[in-house]
Amino acid sequence: MAEHHLEVTVNGQAVTAMVEPRLTLADFLRDRLRLTGTHLGCEHGVCGACTVLADGAAIRSCLVFAIQMQGSAVTTVEGLTPREGGLSDVQEAFRAEHGLQCGFCTPGFVVSVTAFLADHPDPTLAQVREALSGNLCRCTGYQGIVRAVQAAARARQETGRD
Amino acid sequence: MKAAPFEYHAPETLDEVLALLAEFGDDAKVLAGGQSLVPMLALRLARFGQLIDLNRIPTLRYVDEGGGVTRVGAMTTQATIGGSQEVRCRVPLLADATAHIAHFQIRNRGTIGGSLSHADPSAEYPAVAVTLDAEIGLASTRGARTVVATDFFTGTFATAAEPDEVLTEVRFAHRPQGCAVVELARRHGDFAIAGVACAVELDPAERIRSLRLGLFGVASTPVRATAAEQAAAGTAAGEIDPQEVGQAALSGISCVSDVHADAGYRKRVAAHLAGQAVRQAMAEARHG
Repeated sequence: MAEHHLEVTVNGQAVTAMVEPRLTLADFLRDRLRLTGTHLGCEHGVCGACTVLADGAAIRSCLVFAIQMQGSAVTTVEGLTPREGGLSDVQEAFRAEHGLQCGFCTPGFVVSVTAFLADHPDPTLAQVREALSGNLCRCTGYQGIVRAVQAAARARQETGRD
Repeated sequence: MKAAPFEYHAPETLDEVLALLAEFGDDAKVLAGGQSLVPMLALRLARFGQLIDLNRIPTLRYVDEGGGVTRVGAMTTQATIGGSQEVRCRVPLLADATAHIAHFQIRNRGTIGGSLSHADPSAEYPAVAVTLDAEIGLASTRGARTVVATDFFTGTFATAAEPDEVLTEVRFAHRPQGCAVVELARRHGDFAIAGVACAVELDPAERIRSLRLGLFGVASTPVRATAAEQAAAGTAAGEIDPQEVGQAALSGISCVSDVHADAGYRKRVAAHLAGQAVRQAMAEARHG
């Protein structure tokens, strides 16, 4: 099958590549760009571990083909950390509130929560829980994760950042 | 867990889509949001030689109002529909249903045209379309045609669209005063074990002018509870017993059995949900 020429921006960097149409965005990020922070759990859209931002919107990278991102800007968990190193405020909150154990699901949560807080700077508990429902964690339980989201929202309000 | 190879087309106009469909027929599949199709390809439940991606056609994304009809373009995402004031005001049943669909990450990609074309019997949008007697616009190189929603869904994952046709828009004309969507799913965002969409119109004397009930997840397509709807018409709003209407809605409907629920359980759940939907929709119609 014919390969296609793909031009996409990933974490602020222009990338060009030849891709088979059936290559998913998740596999492109992991296998071709070696951005292995994006995890693959179920590979059919249930678990949310592969969540990335496409032009700012959180999507499942296992449910789009890389070629569909032609001309788009993709942000992975690697692209959320500050340029000078360290953790993003959402990641910091996950650590402070024990929002992870094994960490497999964490990149998906962090990306989803980053998108959610951008749209909901002052979320209710119900909104937080609804927003987290598309990401599965099989070890921590969700209480710490819920607390982390609330803490990140609070911290942004206190520092006037959003 | 990887899709079989296919040729990929990303046309930028509807005419190009129609030409491709005319050329490839049932070897081609239209790719909308891909939130059901891509997993089916990955699991190799489906396999096509050609994929025609509609995501590069901006003219298929719109919510328009005119002449009492709300027109929603096939590629309008569930996220857009869920956030649209126009939809909230004009087709509130569609807005209500959107909150039940999967998760926000899925709704960012999933589209109304994709949902209707996929025709999952437990999905919300097909039930809304059937409940509101929506018109579904189809196009091919042979011309455009309209199919009413009740005729569009022909079976599980099966529709009246021909292999060379693409769904272009959905039109909603019915304006109920009260509506509700209720469903039971094991977890929020899962496909419903059973669900009910309800739309109510009252006359000035607060008698029921029309009551519509669309059941989903119970049979191979969304179904209207026609007998119960007719029985309720003309009744004074204050005299309706929602639980009774719910029971009536399910009488004569044979439910499906699967790993999530057997037919008997599904029927009891659906009857209860129908009662809840009627109660909520009636309350909204009477008190706003």
